[in-house]
Amino acid sequence: MASDQSPEFKVIGTRPVRPDGVDKVTGRAKYGADYTLPGMLHGKVLRSPHAHARIRSIDVARALRLPGVKAIVTGADFPEVKGVMAQVGELIVNTHYLSLNVMARDKALYDGHAVAAGAATSKHIAEEALELIEVDYEALPPVMTAEEAMRPDAPVLLEELRTRLMAHRTDPGALEGPDRASNVPGHIRFERGDLDAGFRAADYVVEREFTTATVHQGYIEPQNALAVYDADEHLTIYCSTQGSFNVRTLTASVLAMSEGKIRVVPAEIGGGFGGKTTVYLEPVAALLAKKSGRPVKMVMTRAEVLRATGPTSGIKAKVKIGARRDGKITAAEVWLAYEAGAFPGSPFAPGAMCTLAPYIIENLRIDSYDVVVNRPKVAAYRAPGSPASAFACECVLDELAEKCRLDPIEFRMRNAAHEGAPQPAGPAFKKIGFAETLAAIRDSDHYRTPLNGPFRGRGVASGFWFNGGLQSSAIVNIHGDGSVSVVTGSVDIGGTRAAQAMIVAETLGIAVDEVRPVVADTDAIGHTDVTGGSRTALATGMAVYEASRDARDQLIGRAAKIWDKKPDEVVFEQGVFRPVDGSAPSLNLRQLAGRLARTGGPVVGRATVNAGAVGAVGNAFATVCIDVEVDPDTAKVRILRCTIAQDVGRALHPAYVEGQLQGAVAQGVGWALNEEYFYDQKGTLRNFGLLDYRMPTCLDLPMIETIMVEVPNPNHPLGVRGVGEVGIVPPMAAVASAIYRAVGVRMAELPMSAPRLLKAIIENRVTTFDAQATAAK
Amino acid sequence: MHAITYETPKSLDEAVKLMAAHGEKARALSGGTDLLIQLRAGTRRPEYVVNIKNIPELTRISFSLQHGLKLGAAVPCIEIHENGDMRKYYPGLTEAAHLIGSLQIQSRASVGGNLCNGSPAADATPALIALGAQARVVGPKGERMVPVESFCLAPGRTVLQPGELLVEFHIPAPERRASDAYLRFIPRNEMDIAVVGVGAALTLDMSDDRVVAARIALGAVGPTPILAAEAAKSLIGKPLDAAAIDNAARLAIAASSPIDDMRGTAEFRRHVVGVLTRRTLAKAAERARE
Ligand SMILES: Cc1cc2nc3c(=O)[nH]c(=O)nc-3n(C[C@H](O)[C@H](O)[C@H](O)COP(=O)(O)OP(=O)(O)OC[C@H]3O[C@@H](n4cnc5c(N)ncnc54)[C@H](O)[C@@H]3O)c2cc1C
Repeated sequence: MASDQSPEFKVIGTRPVRPDGVDKVTGRAKYGADYTLPGMLHGKVLRSPHAHARIRSIDVARALRLPGVKAIVTGADFPEVKGVMAQVGELIVNTHYLSLNVMARDKALYDGHAVAAGAATSKHIAEEALELIEVDYEALPPVMTAEEAMRPDAPVLLEELRTRLMAHRTDPGALEGPDRASNVPGHIRFERGDLDAGFRAADYVVEREFTTATVHQGYIEPQNALAVYDADEHLTIYCSTQGSFNVRTLTASVLAMSEGKIRVVPAEIGGGFGGKTTVYLEPVAALLAKKSGRPVKMVMTRAEVLRATGPTSGIKAKVKIGARRDGKITAAEVWLAYEAGAFPGSPFAPGAMCTLAPYIIENLRIDSYDVVVNRPKVAAYRAPGSPASAFACECVLDELAEKCRLDPIEFRMRNAAHEGAPQPAGPAFKKIGFAETLAAIRDSDHYRTPLNGPFRGRGVASGFWFNGGLQSSAIVNIHGDGSVSVVTGSVDIGGTRAAQAMIVAETLGIAVDEVRPVVADTDAIGHTDVTGGSRTALATGMAVYEASRDARDQLIGRAAKIWDKKPDEVVFEQGVFRPVDGSAPSLNLRQLAGRLARTGGPVVGRATVNAGAVGAVGNAFATVCIDVEVDPDTAKVRILRCTIAQDVGRALHPAYVEGQLQGAVAQGVGWALNEEYFYDQKGTLRNFGLLDYRMPTCLDLPMIETIMVEVPNPNHPLGVRGVGEVGIVPPMAAVASAIYRAVGVRMAELPMSAPRLLKAIIENRVTTFDAQATAAK
Repeated sequence: MHAITYETPKSLDEAVKLMAAHGEKARALSGGTDLLIQLRAGTRRPEYVVNIKNIPELTRISFSLQHGLKLGAAVPCIEIHENGDMRKYYPGLTEAAHLIGSLQIQSRASVGGNLCNGSPAADATPALIALGAQARVVGPKGERMVPVESFCLAPGRTVLQPGELLVEFHIPAPERRASDAYLRFIPRNEMDIAVVGVGAALTLDMSDDRVVAARIALGAVGPTPILAAEAAKSLIGKPLDAAAIDNAARLAIAASSPIDDMRGTAEFRRHVVGVLTRRTLAKAAERARE
């Protein structure tokens, strides 16, 4: 394991208690649902029971007559919004469809789609009011999977959609094929080299098809919003979100308001994993507040979260990869279809750009499609797009490694991308640590310990994620006694307050508990993009670093003023300011802070950064090794041991970095084994609770061992890379390979739940038996 | 959710009167771990909720080797697990109760609630059936005893008439060289619902180890928990060897009538009925021989 602390640093690399920790574990921290205001109403959403239906009419008269009901809104209350492509964290959002997702107009497009909402003096009255709203639906045939939706005769979800070949993620591109309504609004292609020649050069070619299920982020805290209008028409929204500025922008666009009239106050957040980067309730609560003249609070139930917020795409994948006997990959052809849910905008492009990115492949073609289906519109989920496509390709690589009689790590090593190697989408990698993660697993205690016993198997797989850069702002205030506050717009999900306080403490040479990190609302700090894309410690950290340096430089200037020197005649070292020539006694920050009033007033360090487009800022790689044991009679899979090695650049707070790695792997294991949306024939979601939407509990996972590989990011002043996402990419393929080694079947469908796996085991037994019988003859 | 009147009777008499007075509008509240969820979801809409946790007959465990067990319908599962006699003489029922939910759930949830809720997947029910438990039901028209295997009629429906309360279970005293076991298949390792559950109780002959008595019950593989009578009968008088166990497992599969749903396919469930029948019988036999 990399040493916790580099000699360059005093604070970075240590493990102080997080500043928000005590409030969170004692229940004092205020989450979205904890906010209340005098005179507040409770809002509830009426949701479509149909997966696909035309809304002929909505009659709210009876609901409005119920005592206690103060306002009802339907699609008719929302302004028409033109389609504008807005970047929201890692995803591109079409604001027209966002508006239709927030409240259906003439069509309900999935089970759970919002069709009306009511506000009343109590939650129960609001719920009763919904029962009195009469919606006249004309049910239409639902289209539930990418495969169905892509058929030429499939019912059409949105008449205006055409298939377009995208030139770029944000550019809808030119029409592809006939000018006809289509459920496939996007196609993107990456290619290079000569596929035929590549496959001809291969000694082995493996061609397989894969399916993955729709899965949800599974954050603990349901979405919530509390909206209140001031007398002067300013709207304030309190909510749990990963991006308060995104909530402001998106709410403004859905309600056709000026952003200047909206203030978003981010609450503490009970998880998001990408799912809280868009809006659902915020514009609805705002409209209800406007209509009723009272504050309106809305909190989703778990069922609403599962039915109506964005999970990530299920995909269909076809993969063909060839390799020479020595393990060199010669060609790869990949076809991917991502289910976007009811509106365009699945992570089909990043999915295509990430799969196979860890490898140098000269002859390559990747096609990826965005497909609308009657499911909730997907939202970001940890490394959006990458896990599903990686599952497909990594499984095929495992099979090729076996054909080449190579250890799966050695096979990957022989093809591993390094600095300067081209990514599938074209650009060359900067300094990356992929091979280092492979080496770390190869040399780990886990990998070197043989796995013995029947029905046990070990699998490894790797994964790639870009990491986000984007914009952040930070302010560093020096108080009169030398303590400091650092203000950012980044909601703290994974311990980023701690990381920010540590960066300030390191830069100003003070103790970390002298720094108070504050998350400000959208009127109190400059624009800051979402806490997502693994960007917060990285990009907001960069802004905090620059703002601390700004404060430090100003402080040097003040000291120079006191000593009547030029700034470059003052040095700052080990937390003290002193004149180079030793002509005066040195000052520590506390002493200097006491003299700010007389040297020009307060010192406020500021910085804003654009840390770069997604991917330009220090990519992440991880390799995971998983041991499983399979009950051969029930096909239940037990995870015996699990290790992740990830290039983390530099671990600011190693414990929280480890936590990110472990959390990502835990979600990946859930995705591998049990998590899936289960729809019935009519397109109704059946498992809208956490009993039947099965995420792993702590009894389902061993302690996840982490190896933090530190290959510093050259684009970051502290070497930080994003660490929050890539760990979720490899586990599904690692589990599949481990299952193969345990019971001899290669699973091509997620989740690898017991009924599916048992069927495969039994079929395999029959086939093996037949083969043996034939051989015996 | 609508307004509800909440009652806390202190005696069985008082409870029976309340239940009788409100009939269909009343529901008993034991641990509430099923009922509260149903109230919230609006799938049950009683006007009166009658807390039965303060009634002595419903909240006690009394056991003797002569008279067997009287288990109060509202005893929390965790008390069953903490009771030494229960663990020793009815380990199968105890492990079933101890599988329900989590420690928090078990501190509220009762075996009576598990049965009265009428779920085919209720974990304690196959264990009760395997032990030959009888349910003592008291209502406006008096008292009756109902064998547990006849208690459930359909998912969510039981023999209980409006106003009736389940008071306790009567379970025969354990024979010598007898024991029970309960196993279930769940996709995860806790906080899950049985995809298949199998309870078995066995009595083995003192001298030649042949099966003297056997009962096998299945959960989650039909609209109600199922007594697999043929499977159990096939074992009587035989040594419990692999062939006998396989045969019983085959008959248990034949007794099951599972469906495809989100928790598993019918095909999977049938297969697992066989697997768990074998394992449960082996476990019960091992315990009986101890
Ligand atoms: C998180 C969680 C996990 C769970 N895990 C499991 C599990 O692993 N296995 C499992 O089988 N179940 C599980 N359950 C379901 C539930 O906990 C059990 O069914 C439990 O045994 C119900 O008992 P209770 O005392 O809470 O019943 P209650 O909810 O109080 O009652 C259930 C029903 O029975 C009626 N009732 C109760 N007692 C009587 C009586 N004496 N006379 C007449 N009617 C009565 C009530 O009116 C109600 O309709 C779980 C529930 C939760 C919330």
